[in-house]
Amino acid sequence: MSIKIGQKSYGDRIQDGLSNSFMRKAVSGAQGRFRSGRLKAAEELGDWEDWRTLGEEIRSHTMENLDYYLHQLSEQVENRGGTVFFAKTAEEANEYIQEIAKKKQAKKVVKSKSMVTEEIGLNKALEKSGCEVVESDLGEWILQLDEDPPSHIVTPALHKNKEQIRETFMKKKGYTGSDDPVELAAYAREQLRQDFLEADIGVTGCNFAVAESGAITLVTNEGNARMVTSLPDTQISVMGMERIVPTWEDLEVVVSLLTRAAVGQKLTSYITALTGTRLEDEVDGPEDFHLVIVDNGRSKILGTEFQSALHCIRCAACINACPVYRHVGGHSYGSIYPGPIGAVLTPLLDGYEDHKDLPYASTLCAACTEACPVKIPLHEHLIRHREIIVEREKMTTKAEKMMMMGFAKWASTPAAYKLSTKMARTTLKPWTKDEYIEKGPGPMKGWTEQRDFPAPSKERFRDWYRQREQRSDH
Amino acid sequence: MAIHNREAFLDNLAEQLGRTRRTKVESPVYSVHPQERVFQDATQGELVEKLEEQCKVIHTSFTSTKLETLGETLRTVLNDYGVTKVVGAAGPRNDATHLSTVYAELQSEGYDIHLWDENKGRENVTFAEQAGAGIVFSDITLAESGTVTLFNDRYNGRSISLLPETFIAIVPKSTLVPRMTQASQLIHEEEKKGNPVSSCVSFVTGPSNSADIEMNLIVGVHGPVKATYILVDDL
Repeated sequence: MSIKIGQKSYGDRIQDGLSNSFMRKAVSGAQGRFRSGRLKAAEELGDWEDWRTLGEEIRSHTMENLDYYLHQLSEQVENRGGTVFFAKTAEEANEYIQEIAKKKQAKKVVKSKSMVTEEIGLNKALEKSGCEVVESDLGEWILQLDEDPPSHIVTPALHKNKEQIRETFMKKKGYTGSDDPVELAAYAREQLRQDFLEADIGVTGCNFAVAESGAITLVTNEGNARMVTSLPDTQISVMGMERIVPTWEDLEVVVSLLTRAAVGQKLTSYITALTGTRLEDEVDGPEDFHLVIVDNGRSKILGTEFQSALHCIRCAACINACPVYRHVGGHSYGSIYPGPIGAVLTPLLDGYEDHKDLPYASTLCAACTEACPVKIPLHEHLIRHREIIVEREKMTTKAEKMMMMGFAKWASTPAAYKLSTKMARTTLKPWTKDEYIEKGPGPMKGWTEQRDFPAPSKERFRDWYRQREQRSDH
Repeated sequence: MAIHNREAFLDNLAEQLGRTRRTKVESPVYSVHPQERVFQDATQGELVEKLEEQCKVIHTSFTSTKLETLGETLRTVLNDYGVTKVVGAAGPRNDATHLSTVYAELQSEGYDIHLWDENKGRENVTFAEQAGAGIVFSDITLAESGTVTLFNDRYNGRSISLLPETFIAIVPKSTLVPRMTQASQLIHEEEKKGNPVSSCVSFVTGPSNSADIEMNLIVGVHGPVKATYILVDDL
């Protein structure tokens, strides 16, 4: 897998989303809960805007000095017995990790949830090297068994119901129990416990690395990241190069923002900071630690007008606030990063060619920008993407180009404009009912399939204005 | 131990940022500091109340006791959970709180007690995996979120607080601070003084949980299913 999910067109993905009624209900229900959790947590804290300002300042400062802080981080990790690998591409990262697996003669790898390893397609690479790879986050485990991509950053299996999960467990693992979520989870616990104990390598992502001490921090509720980093002898942590803060004091602020903005928790059940290998007199934890720092297109964003997209702390608050995501769900974005941040980030990392529709998957209502705990101007980035797609990439369709040329010609020809605005009401009368057009003709069709269009007014604005001017003359 | 591909990678970043590589960066002065205002005037007693309140939110039992009755309280907690196989952190704090004596008594009463012992290697992990309860001391306790901070080390293996079904944290009242701000400040100051942070710092807030199946909160998905904090008035 890579950042792009599946081969279906944007239109087909949207139709799939719109016709999946369970997913739509699950997404809107979850959005409601996540959103109210976030707002309640922000209210309890009292000065949320100051927190957001601080979050933004920390992220800006870090990005402006990213080379310095990554250098400091790598020094510290090495001081603490770890090895650091800087990977320019996904392939370089995968090859390095495959090499470790080969050296260790690893048969089983347990992972804790990680977006960046999804992005680089690490599981496939490890499987090619003969390793069994087990996702240990409950949601990710379900998706792995079902060979399905995640649809949400925080709750990846949001789109699946308990009956589907039971069926997956039955088919793939021989499960015989009920579809009670407690029983399903207990079964997963029992199955995964064995995997943790047998694994040769533990792979994690990285929520935030701390430059000053070389710590890798993982923010989880299930504790699977602790399992992955406590039991196997070898630990490999993979981080997107921007997932770093300068100091522990900064870490605390971004973690507080992350947990509150994601689901409204003060802190998650586990926040684990791991630094290098276990010490000589320690029994558990890895004896061999590798940190893989991945660029994979991120550096192209540095120094551009989109730099603040790298500030993202992966809380999914923008996704939880987005009315478009609410209707179409995560898979419609065709990217492992869904929602507004996905629509901003995916074309930056993977180019416009496959993702030119994503910046249009937005109402530009700015709910995402308002929700973002580190103040990324998401809707402004989406507008800028659209400008680039039209002006620089020239990616609009021929039909749209011709239509826009026609519009320009019409709007700049006074006689044509005057005539058609006079005729509009009469022309559209056959399709008009109670001052609304429900099934419009020609170019209006796409619009009226989704919602009604108001019928042209009886009185043209120009006529109304002229009369008003005349009245005021008296 | 090595660092691969660093220079070319970081040179590229500097180039993208339109400048040469930075070898020194002044710590910035941020314009706001909201984190310092949370519970800033709270007394130790008020922090205890906040902690107790938060324990209800995080599905964690809370009980408080005096130092001299800690053994008795611990015995009651274990009894209530019906646990007889116990793994505990080792170290000087067991002697300081007289827990060593309590553990010895429990052992003579038929409890299977294992204190973390670096000389026994993986045997510790195997025992923890089978134990019904793991007992640790909180190093810093965060009232706002109900979090115990564990600096894992030779006495306090990572598995003690992770593998057994029940997690018991002994919380000295003196370790209470308003929130994570104070814990991270302390670690930051120690780093600056050249005292490196523990190889594993675990901020633990109640039992393990997940809401991955239809948003139903399920407790104990990977780690402990039950959690209890025993606050000890040690001042």
